Amino acid sequence: MEILVNGTPHLVPTDTTVAQLLVILEMQGKRLAVEVNQELVPRSQFDSAALSPHDTVEIVHAIGGG
Amino acid sequence: MQHTTSSPDTLTIAGKQYSSRLLVGTGKYKDLAETKAATEASGAQIITVAIRRTNIGQNKGEPNLLDVIPLDRYTLLPNTAGCYNVEDAVRTCRLARELLDGHKLVKLEVLGDEKTLYPDTIQTLKAAEILVKDGFDVMVYTSADPLIARQLEEIGCVAIMPLAAPIGSGLGIRDPYNILEIISNAKVPVLVDAGVGTASDAAVAMELGCAGVLMNTAIAAAKNPVLMASAMKHAIIAGREAFLAGRMPRKRYASASSPIDGTFF
Repeated sequence: MEILVNGTPHLVPTDTTVAQLLVILEMQGKRLAVEVNQELVPRSQFDSAALSPHDTVEIVHAIGGG
Repeated sequence: MQHTTSSPDTLTIAGKQYSSRLLVGTGKYKDLAETKAATEASGAQIITVAIRRTNIGQNKGEPNLLDVIPLDRYTLLPNTAGCYNVEDAVRTCRLARELLDGHKLVKLEVLGDEKTLYPDTIQTLKAAEILVKDGFDVMVYTSADPLIARQLEEIGCVAIMPLAAPIGSGLGIRDPYNILEIISNAKVPVLVDAGVGTASDAAVAMELGCAGVLMNTAIAAAKNPVLMASAMKHAIIAGREAFLAGRMPRKRYASASSPIDGTFF
């Protein structure tokens, strides 16, 4: 299924969870926060949060800013 | 530092005490090594960061800001820079809280204009209300408007942070009397956020009675950022001590420092 991750289309297996997406992207274990369709997904729900086709995922981290 | 007061002169924000009254941002540095060196030289304990998309599939081993600004050493202050509406600002704060393990302290800014980066105070008030109700400790960037500042305090913001001049402009303290009015009215700390260009500007802000100053570009855009960070640290201390000492009154004419009595000529 196709999902949008940080504005870019990605093809992932059906029912991929947020945790699995992070593994696919080689980002597991990093300090980051995730939104799906503009709703925050707490880290504790990464394993259970299954993605649906055309979901919009945002993966963010802290960078330099003032 | 020696003061006539018996208790140490600390800055208290949301119940936590800080010995440094200088808060610094981490943007615009040439690399993370410079960010680290300047931040350390500033002596700042509260450090602002931005929340942005991660780079997917690029620079896997890329060093992370939090490697040089460790959470166990600094209090991070995630900002809502770049947000032009309530929804984006609230989303950013919620992501930041999750990112930083439930950390509640945030710097709210809701901008209204790209050219001036002037705050949209109406949207800022709305966002502040939502965030305070949601349990955030909100340090709020605003215009130097005493009435808006009062409303932001009434909503429950933990610090009011009026701009002294536009973000990144380095124009200095342009509206000292309004900032003074905000300080006079407030029961929460008032910090100048934005506009400082050099050390004397920081000292002027502190001499007005500000609880602290938040700056980024003044340090990062200096020819020698690490040296400027050190200069800012000293300026903040000097300005604070001058404020506590109480300056002499201004007079129109001279007043000789040496006695007139005993002259032999």
